[in-house]
Amino acid sequence: MGELAKLTIAGARDALRKGEVTAVELTEACLSSIAEAGALNAFVHHTPEIARAQAAAADDRLKAGDAPAMCGIPLGVKDLFCTRGVPGQAASRILEGFAPEYESTVTAKLWEAGSVMLGKLNMDEFAMGSSNETSVYGAAVNPWKGTDGKALTPGGSSGGSAAAVAADLCLAATGTDTGGSIRQPAAFTGTTGLKPTYGRCSRWGIVAYASSLDQAGPMTKTVRDAAIMLGAMAGHDPKDSTSADLAVPDFEAMLTGDIRGQKIGIPREYRVEGMRDDLAKLWDEGAAMLRDAGAEIVDISLPHTKYALPAYYVIAPAEASSNLARYDGVRYGHRATLAQGDGITEMYEKTRAEGFGPEVRRRIMVGTYVLSAGFYDAYYNQARKVRTLIKRDFEQAFAAGIDAILAPATPTPAFALGGMKNADPVEMYLNDVFTVTLNLAGLPGIAVPVGLSGEGLPMGLQLIGRPWEEGALLNQAQVLETAAGFAAKPGKWW
Amino acid sequence: MLDLTYDTPKPKVISGATGDWELVIGMEIHAQVSSEAKLFSGASTRFGAEPNSNVAFVDAAMPGMLPVINEFCVEQAVRTGLGLKADINLVSAFDRKNYFYPDLPQGYQISQLYHPIVGEGEVLVELSEGIARLVRIERIHLEQDAGKSIHDMDPHMSFVDLNRTGVALMEIVSRPDIRGPEEAAAYVGKLRQILRYLGTCDGNMQNGNLRADVNVSVCRPGQYEKYQATQDFGHLGTRCEIKNMNSMRFIQAAIEVEARRQIAILEDGGKVDQETRLYDPDKNETRSLRSKEEAHDYRYFPCPDLMPLEIEQGWVDDIAAALPELPDAKKARFMQDFGLTDYDAAVLTAELENAAFFEKAAQGGDGKLAANWVINELFGRLKKDDRAIADSPVSPEQLAGIIRLIKSDAISGKIAKDLFEIVYTEGGDPEAIVEARGMKQVTDTGAIEAAVDEIIAANPAQVEKAKANPKLAGWFVGQVMKATGGKANPKAVNDLVAAKLAL
Repeated sequence: MGELAKLTIAGARDALRKGEVTAVELTEACLSSIAEAGALNAFVHHTPEIARAQAAAADDRLKAGDAPAMCGIPLGVKDLFCTRGVPGQAASRILEGFAPEYESTVTAKLWEAGSVMLGKLNMDEFAMGSSNETSVYGAAVNPWKGTDGKALTPGGSSGGSAAAVAADLCLAATGTDTGGSIRQPAAFTGTTGLKPTYGRCSRWGIVAYASSLDQAGPMTKTVRDAAIMLGAMAGHDPKDSTSADLAVPDFEAMLTGDIRGQKIGIPREYRVEGMRDDLAKLWDEGAAMLRDAGAEIVDISLPHTKYALPAYYVIAPAEASSNLARYDGVRYGHRATLAQGDGITEMYEKTRAEGFGPEVRRRIMVGTYVLSAGFYDAYYNQARKVRTLIKRDFEQAFAAGIDAILAPATPTPAFALGGMKNADPVEMYLNDVFTVTLNLAGLPGIAVPVGLSGEGLPMGLQLIGRPWEEGALLNQAQVLETAAGFAAKPGKWW
Repeated sequence: MLDLTYDTPKPKVISGATGDWELVIGMEIHAQVSSEAKLFSGASTRFGAEPNSNVAFVDAAMPGMLPVINEFCVEQAVRTGLGLKADINLVSAFDRKNYFYPDLPQGYQISQLYHPIVGEGEVLVELSEGIARLVRIERIHLEQDAGKSIHDMDPHMSFVDLNRTGVALMEIVSRPDIRGPEEAAAYVGKLRQILRYLGTCDGNMQNGNLRADVNVSVCRPGQYEKYQATQDFGHLGTRCEIKNMNSMRFIQAAIEVEARRQIAILEDGGKVDQETRLYDPDKNETRSLRSKEEAHDYRYFPCPDLMPLEIEQGWVDDIAAALPELPDAKKARFMQDFGLTDYDAAVLTAELENAAFFEKAAQGGDGKLAANWVINELFGRLKKDDRAIADSPVSPEQLAGIIRLIKSDAISGKIAKDLFEIVYTEGGDPEAIVEARGMKQVTDTGAIEAAVDEIIAANPAQVEKAKANPKLAGWFVGQVMKATGGKANPKAVNDLVAAKLAL
């Protein structure tokens, strides 16, 4: 039965429609795969009752013949999404025991389309991290192992989503991406991760990290699956003022495989000092694949790239410091036990000190600092100016006729869990060097697995698209996917 | 319209041991926007609901919840701006003001620091006939109200009521153009009147729907004029802000006592610290809430959950076109069209309901008479019963009927008062009552003459006295009025008595 869980969304959809398999069978296959995969620590809240009920309902719809593409597809949901009645704590102790009474717009759309919820997936606490190690649940584990057999990170913050998709525990998963949290874990696990244009998917009901950067997206096994799933997740939501009032096209129908005459930009500033040889080679190979498919490869310059990471690590913590102020122990979640004589200040201090992990505390402090009187202009305002310049870099490239930009997704393949334990936090932040620019510019980007590293680990490349043109981007990504023919799977050790 | 010109009032002067001091006052008025729903959620704004019953997920700051602007609240702010002759900013933006408090669930208040929706405007504050201060408005911005913390229900715990959380407020910020406690109260009163006319705030101070933060400083005579000439605050003294007052009386008392406190410090050779203070009405003193050093660092930054607020000029024009007549215009019109005195026009336009009542009553054909009747008879009678004008047993149409009867000489002024009392207590159509109860004035000189003759014949001694002292003719007039049940036309009686007595 485990074989069924290996299906893609497209494959399962076709089989479901033909009656070769039922949603219940698919769901049971995933549930048993999940049950065996405790060692991956990917699923942190299991919802088999919901899954079975949704699967049965999906089978009814399939039988009735009115089933949308995502009907009957078993999914995992990142713990950042609020799902009604199901514990959701953004992998933080401070939301211990919290189960929302509402459903995020994105998951509501998926369930309306007939998808099946298997449970909640591990992640970095409040989506702050690049290795899933800041999670209150403990780190999710990458199903891939290096030659030395050490346990690897699946990346972060959507590490549980990436691990679950890579290990075939579900057909696909939701992720969110604030600075690379979909694309980096996808690259680390040999899966596909799409960050849509900011505003394409509603943020309503998704626990906020940095509101101007957060965006939900699909994490899938193939580019086609990403196209199908994005179609179900996207759309205008009047409950989110930053969601775009734009029609959602049929992304799958845009996968023509034809990119002839398109201009693919290679940004020279992304060729960072000390880039690994295998990564540089992979990037060249990726460019060659697109050229062979008829695209024109153009060297471009995105001159403000080097300021992106520092700007990101000012803006994101600034917003986070404000967004996370609501976790104060007053209304829900964790509240510290108080001592005799403690007042409201002690309640805040103790609750937040106990409830937030070190990385979240660090970012709250950084964010509070950069917004404080006397430092606001030097940090926050300066970062906003940089953000405008980075956005303009991309606009100029696109205005010059570039259709998409090809870049690495991550500087390295997956690293060992605990390997960065004694590292400076900035070293961990460097993981985001190729990904944060898009979030600052609000652009869509997709990570596609292209090859294996020297250690036999998956490595991905990233395509960056024009705003609102996810269809074209997915088409380019599928060309790359087809040419790369990446078919490696991790050996099952769990 | 009448061209009303005003003299500028004199600033309040307090004489200290070292000379005279003047007051300089600026105010921030927090006015709750009249709206069914909150600024960023659909929750109700109804006052007096069960605690925590008017709370949407976003008001309680549940994870992942997002604010969505209530268009009607924006419209109300624009309407208010137009009513204060202010610039409307077609693009404004919301910022977060960050601080921790249990009645602020988000940990920030969504406000408009950098780009308010309304810019500079003005309010004419009349202090007495012909004397008024033009107070400049610096800005109006929209923001969320906080909830209510309750500390006195339990010895060990505090409670929080989020019903008010997220209700829309307009913060109306004045320039430091107010020069005394009475002016401050008059400014709040005028603002309240305009807001009520506009229907953008009910002005209920008791419920906290209109509250004031008052900035007070003192300076030597002449300094303020230097400030006005240069707009350089350096010419003024250090200010203290007295927070959150919701009574006109307390506002005046607080300004007075705070000014005296500052003068005492300065005359002692000390210096005033810029700080936030609270007024204690029981002790009639202000107390330091927090010093400048302890002031919160609110870490304002643009709210990333909301796009900049863009409105169209056409929409603003539509709101402007539908603005109601405002107090100044109404007062001027009452003076011009009805010939009212400044005082009467001011009294009648103080509240929109009074003005509307008066205008209907004036359809009885005499505006001045209607004004007298509304102000003297109606208000007096209502006050006696502790009734509001909305609950008046006499309708404006009924009062117009009474005025019509007076105007046509059908009844005398004295009878009219009796008639008013009947209408007030029993109701009914004044004309029909007069008919049915035979209250009509007797203008038939024959009938009056007969009555005069009768009285003269019956009282020869009085006639002699009256001939010697014509002032005593009044006694005959009284007797005739008594005999006719007060219905005789008093002028006709007077004339006849004089003639018959050959005075």
